[in-house]
Amino acid sequence: MPLLEIERLEVSYGRIRAVQGVSLTVEAGQIATVIGPNGAGKTSMLSAVMGLCPARGRVAYDGMDLRDMDVEERVERGLCLVPERRELFGEMSVADNLLLGSFPRRPARAVIDRGLEEVFARFPRLKERRTQRADTLSGGERQMLALGRALMSKPRLLMLDEPSLGLAPIVVREIFVIIAALREAGVSILLVEQNARAALQTADVGFVLETGELVSQGPAAALLDDPRLIATYLGGAEPLPIPVRSKSSTHSIVDMS
Amino acid sequence: MDLDIATLLMVDGITTGAVYVLLAIGMVLIFTVTRVIFVPFGDIAVYAALTLSALEAKHAPGTAALVAAVAAVATLMEVTSLLRHGKARAVPRALAFYLALPLAVSGTVWAASGTDWPMPVRIALAIVAVLPLAPLLDRIVFRPVADASVLLLMIIAVALHFALAGIGLLCFGAEGVRTQPLTEAALTFGDVLVSGQTALIVVAAASFSLLLFLFFNHTLTGKALHATAVNRLGARLVAIRPERAGTIAYLIGSLLAAISGVLIAPVTTIFYDSGFLLGLFAFVGAIIGGLTNYPGTALGALLVGLLGSYASFFSSSFKEVIVFAALVPVLLWRSIATTHSEEEIEE
Repeated sequence: MPLLEIERLEVSYGRIRAVQGVSLTVEAGQIATVIGPNGAGKTSMLSAVMGLCPARGRVAYDGMDLRDMDVEERVERGLCLVPERRELFGEMSVADNLLLGSFPRRPARAVIDRGLEEVFARFPRLKERRTQRADTLSGGERQMLALGRALMSKPRLLMLDEPSLGLAPIVVREIFVIIAALREAGVSILLVEQNARAALQTADVGFVLETGELVSQGPAAALLDDPRLIATYLGGAEPLPIPVRSKSSTHSIVDMS
Repeated sequence: MDLDIATLLMVDGITTGAVYVLLAIGMVLIFTVTRVIFVPFGDIAVYAALTLSALEAKHAPGTAALVAAVAAVATLMEVTSLLRHGKARAVPRALAFYLALPLAVSGTVWAASGTDWPMPVRIALAIVAVLPLAPLLDRIVFRPVADASVLLLMIIAVALHFALAGIGLLCFGAEGVRTQPLTEAALTFGDVLVSGQTALIVVAAASFSLLLFLFFNHTLTGKALHATAVNRLGARLVAIRPERAGTIAYLIGSLLAAISGVLIAPVTTIFYDSGFLLGLFAFVGAIIGGLTNYPGTALGALLVGLLGSYASFFSSSFKEVIVFAALVPVLLWRSIATTHSEEEIEE
């Protein structure tokens, strides 16, 4: 049974149809990535899966239909979103942000402390900054804190929206190394990225979204060799990790940003 | 004005200021968590005072019936909304929370009203009696429009205040009340005589502020409330339900309001409509503190108390005018000095 099953998902904002009949599945233990240009509907898709915006179609997580479940209940069941804007608690300390990450399971103090140690082991930088306010962190540290806060809830499926956005290349590499390590720790990941090359190099399977529709899918390694994708998203043979936003293709790409 | 009078006014100002501190902190708490400027906050304090007075007179306080009625409406709304969203399994919990719990409270208060209880029990009853009101009113009035603008929420809150003042007249009558003094003791500091009542008000304000501080800094629930105030979406993503956080904020806020109501009832005559000015003064204190900052709010509320005290000595008919006029320079200074940092912390 797949961990996440999306069937004919549709999301509309007024007359704009952001996601149009997308179906995809994420198997347990996998990293699946959804790539595509700005405005392709990637973030809308994640919002719909999380229950943050109204949508049509069917979303099943761990065999459960999510229709009547509110956002908070999805989080309590291990479905966790790290949004593009991170949504940290700016005026609270790093340690408090992480502590609140454990809120969905409201565990005993000892369990929280163990979780904190695990997160600090994974992100030593956060340990150094534990008493600092979250809004004083650098972009990369904020992303680490957002990941750490998500990990505190012991998620089964972690959905990451543009984790590399706005980060320096060296930090991007660090983030992708961490994402790969999370799979080893048994967390399944749905990764939404514009940095297509880095995402496909990290993921097991990939989906390509264009103007709200799924145009291509397959094993990540195969997509990396797809001549059309190379031309459109992978920017020829450019090395990692330059974000690719090429629009010079034969395919029409609507940029709504 | 000689030094004696100045000291006397200062003691008086600190005392009223301390009451405003409790009220203002409650207002800030409710505002930051729910974005509602809860104008009827003073009414909650007044309801507690009037309930205490009714209990002293061995009448059944109107609050008991009011809570029962409000609970019935809130339950109806909650259950309907749950059923419409296909969440029948959440109904028993809603019944317990919105109906059984408030009814238990109002039943207890109603049953206890005929008997001659010692003062601490009466006070506890009066405080508990008004606690369910704000959370239930939140469910009825504010939750259906939770995503509305701060302005709309405030307009609704003003309307709610007038409704509550009217209901107060209906439940408690038009007569002013003054409850029995909490203590007859008097303390002297040098030449200054301070009544036990005054000392009690200041100590209560200080200790409840401290308790609140500890609650926010050392409990997961307190931090969850703070998190909701800082970032609602972020809070939802760690499974903190903003509605539930709002309910807790209303409960704690009502507790502070009820305590301040019980504290001032022996020193001031309270009418059914005294809540408006009480709430407004506290609100001015909260604005001086910027509406989001607790220490600033406490200082602002103390300042309002002192200002009001001196103002009423020089010209008692202009007391309100002077206090509200003080708001103008504060607002001017704030609009010049603030670099709008609250919203723009994201990268």
